Amino acid sequence: MIAVALWSVAALLALAPAGVVLSTRPRGSIILYGGCLIATSTLCVTALSDLLYFPHLTPSATLPIGLPWLGAHFRLDALSAFFLVVVNLGGAAASLFALGYGRHEDSPGRVLPFYPAYLAGMNVVVLANDAFSFLVAWEFMSLTSWAMVVSHHREAENVRAGYVYLLMASFGTLALLLAFGLLASGAGYDFDAIRASHPSAALSGVVVILMLLGAGSKAGLMPLHAWLPLAHPAAPSHVSGLMSGVMTKVAVYGFVRIVFDLLPEPVWWWSMVVLLVGGPSATLGVLYALMQRDIKRVLAYSTIENIGIIFTGLGLALAFKAEGLDWVAALAFTAAMLHVFNHALFKSLLFFGAGAVLGATGERDMEKLGGLIHRMPKTAFAVLVGCVAISALPPFNGFVSEWLTFQAILLSPQLPSWGLKLIIPAVGGLLALAAAFAAACFVKLYGISFLGRPRSDVAASAHETDRFSLTAMLVLAAFCLVAGILPGLFIDALAPVSKNMVGNIMPHQVGLQWLTIVPIAESRSSYNGLLVFLFAALCGTTAATAIHRFASDRLRRAPAWDCGYPDPNPAIQYSASSFSQPIRRVFGSVIFAAREIGEMPPPSSPVPARLRVELHDLIWDVLYAPIAKLIGFATDRINILQFLTIRRYLTLVFVALIVLLLVVAL
Amino acid sequence: MNALSDVLSQGAQMSVVLGVAPLLTGFVRKVKARLLRRRGPPLLQPYRDLIRLMRKDVVLADNASWLFRVIPYLIFAGTWVAASLVPTFGNGLLFSWTADLIAIIALLGSARFFQALAGMDVGTAFGGIGSSREVMIASLAEPAMLITVFSVAMIAGSTQLPNVAEFMGSDAVGLRVSLGMAFVALTIVALAENARIPVDNPATHLELTMVHEAMVLEYSGRHLALIDLSSHLKLLLYVSLIACVFLPWGTATADAGVGRLVFGALLYFGKLAVLGFLLAVFETSIAKMRVFRIPEFLGAALMLALLATLLRFVSGSL
Repeated sequence: MIAVALWSVAALLALAPAGVVLSTRPRGSIILYGGCLIATSTLCVTALSDLLYFPHLTPSATLPIGLPWLGAHFRLDALSAFFLVVVNLGGAAASLFALGYGRHEDSPGRVLPFYPAYLAGMNVVVLANDAFSFLVAWEFMSLTSWAMVVSHHREAENVRAGYVYLLMASFGTLALLLAFGLLASGAGYDFDAIRASHPSAALSGVVVILMLLGAGSKAGLMPLHAWLPLAHPAAPSHVSGLMSGVMTKVAVYGFVRIVFDLLPEPVWWWSMVVLLVGGPSATLGVLYALMQRDIKRVLAYSTIENIGIIFTGLGLALAFKAEGLDWVAALAFTAAMLHVFNHALFKSLLFFGAGAVLGATGERDMEKLGGLIHRMPKTAFAVLVGCVAISALPPFNGFVSEWLTFQAILLSPQLPSWGLKLIIPAVGGLLALAAAFAAACFVKLYGISFLGRPRSDVAASAHETDRFSLTAMLVLAAFCLVAGILPGLFIDALAPVSKNMVGNIMPHQVGLQWLTIVPIAESRSSYNGLLVFLFAALCGTTAATAIHRFASDRLRRAPAWDCGYPDPNPAIQYSASSFSQPIRRVFGSVIFAAREIGEMPPPSSPVPARLRVELHDLIWDVLYAPIAKLIGFATDRINILQFLTIRRYLTLVFVALIVLLLVVAL
Repeated sequence: MNALSDVLSQGAQMSVVLGVAPLLTGFVRKVKARLLRRRGPPLLQPYRDLIRLMRKDVVLADNASWLFRVIPYLIFAGTWVAASLVPTFGNGLLFSWTADLIAIIALLGSARFFQALAGMDVGTAFGGIGSSREVMIASLAEPAMLITVFSVAMIAGSTQLPNVAEFMGSDAVGLRVSLGMAFVALTIVALAENARIPVDNPATHLELTMVHEAMVLEYSGRHLALIDLSSHLKLLLYVSLIACVFLPWGTATADAGVGRLVFGALLYFGKLAVLGFLLAVFETSIAKMRVFRIPEFLGAALMLALLATLLRFVSGSL
């Protein structure tokens, strides 16, 4: 098993240098993405069969690379297998999408060599079984994705995105390095040794916080999210899909691996910290998304929301595990893992849809789109499925994981600690708000860009995207439906993961009547996606047949009614900014310091009047801007040191030596 | 055999809600008219309207997409499934484990999602205004509803409606502060969700005040009939939900005989009449709010619901 996985990763790594050569060939991108598709599919099938049929085996391998005498350790347990499935399912879909999309890349030399390396990096993070390999792979994943973020380096915006990304990634790695340093201090770098050692409670707490900083900055938890909405949209669309749908999951993996697996039994306050970060991330992330007008930025901010939901689930699992209620912990943990899987599906799908729109129109700005459902009907259908799924609406998959999270929240009055009793209802409220905002956000995204009348010439003359890209989107859409109507299969497949991590599993689901899912007991709560789907389909078709049989089925086309005043100008439609105006007015004045500025020209001036909306990311203003200012100030001062004379340099070296000697002596 | 009777009982429930829903709307309209000293339309007018709409041609805007034509069926299907999962006169719904309260809310959410999309499909200004305001109202009403459900579910120990109803009908409930708060919150949400005064006005066609009507402005014929029927169903659903959770007395249990079922049905119609009457009185005695007062109104519901949940978390008995 692990041999197949490692050989596939090696194949991906081999494709990276080949990409340099292939990028100059006319059909090179097809060979490269085809190769990536084969390698990721192999990895995905391997990991899936491992998860389904051999969950109790944990094959491991040691390769003579990496640190001398240590080597590189790899291990494939249920958790790794599950995340390998997520990574490679997303990777395979992105490669398939890129078979079509990648042909239109104007600078293939800046994407092709890094793409397979990036996939390999993510796979190695999930497979690594020692801190050194983990960190090297993590850094590899960051750097290759950074290279692709700045692939369109002529746009100043992308360069800035790349800069902020690089800074935040370095910060995250620094936090991880410290976390592993603390863990390894007593045991060494090997994960097996760390698992066997028993760090003190205080040390473990510090590690949890550091992991929240390190993995959380990569996953996009607030307030470390600032780079994410800049960097994810800047990359080519299939890479954006991977960064948002898959790489954030690798970060979740890192957090789960260390906090649930490598550390000893959790303490209740860890969960409090995680919940306090997760809940606000969910609500604020989607509120930010609602304010955007760039499709890819909407999707990137919505990733922050979904990561918030996942971390809320993980926080609940920690809380229950700390109090010994491991059967509820299994429920919360499974909900989080299921959301990891679901989010990888629909976020990749939506980014691919945005890529198809970008390819067809060259626009990411919703205010210049509209009416694409007529021009790109298949893309429009796939994106609609993605929008319904991500808005957590039945019968699609997003609903199932949110429903399970809510069920876990409903069980939390059993927790004894008062802090949690006060926080969990608030977090539940935040999640409920996030769910409602998500629906509003995706009504806006879909309604403005795909429905209505075209707002620009490029939107009016768009063409359907190619078949490879369509296949990738439709396959993901089908997965969203299947995972929504047969969630029991997926919950059962997650059982070994939750057994390993929280020590218990959710009740066995397949085999229950009509494939219902029951988290605890049928008298308490149950949900049957299949029946909901069948009922709705039955009701819809009954209504349709009855009406067309017994009532009028005639239809006329006419100009729009619009209360008698139809206007042919498409600019009278609601735009992205006007759509979110009511919500912006209700929530925005506090959270975003939103201001609407009307610029009225003086009478008889031919200049048009304008309405501008100013939004501020308060976290950026409060947290990042002062730090950036401080660093700028300090570097300006230190800059003098660059222009010293030889004599002064020597003095400086001498003083430094004295100080060091003093430190050593003391 | 068992599966067959399952399907039959579920089918009976579905046709009952479908048949009764327009009557409830007609009743509320009639009471409102009488309170305003008007004669009002006959009780059966909603049925006549539906039949008349069904017979008419659909006039479809030139720019309408396939989605616009499919959406009425989607809205109808979502609302009908949700409405038929709420216990009405009998508790013995054999498919009630299909979806619990949270899923019922989400089903209604799906219907609303599509309705808001329909408002934007033709590309008119009125459709957009309706959709935009609808999602603003929903962004507060839905969480308020969900948190109300949390508090009720935590008191009853279940999110399954039949179990909640059974618990609420038993002596174990007693008077609880949190239940009172949940009741007020649920009522506010029901007003907002059904586009009633003071949030929206179901009778107006003044463009600047309407929300629901603006979204469906471009619909006609059978499509409009389906959307109207869905909104009747939604009103019935909310009234039944309030009746089922807060006035569960007399609901027939799963193994009840015919007599108990008939009694339960009579009592159910009585509850509908009382709640419908109260709705009409409330609507005639209050003015419609400005759009930006609505968040405050719904914010109160959200806070009440959150307080109810919090009370439940910190104290088992309140």
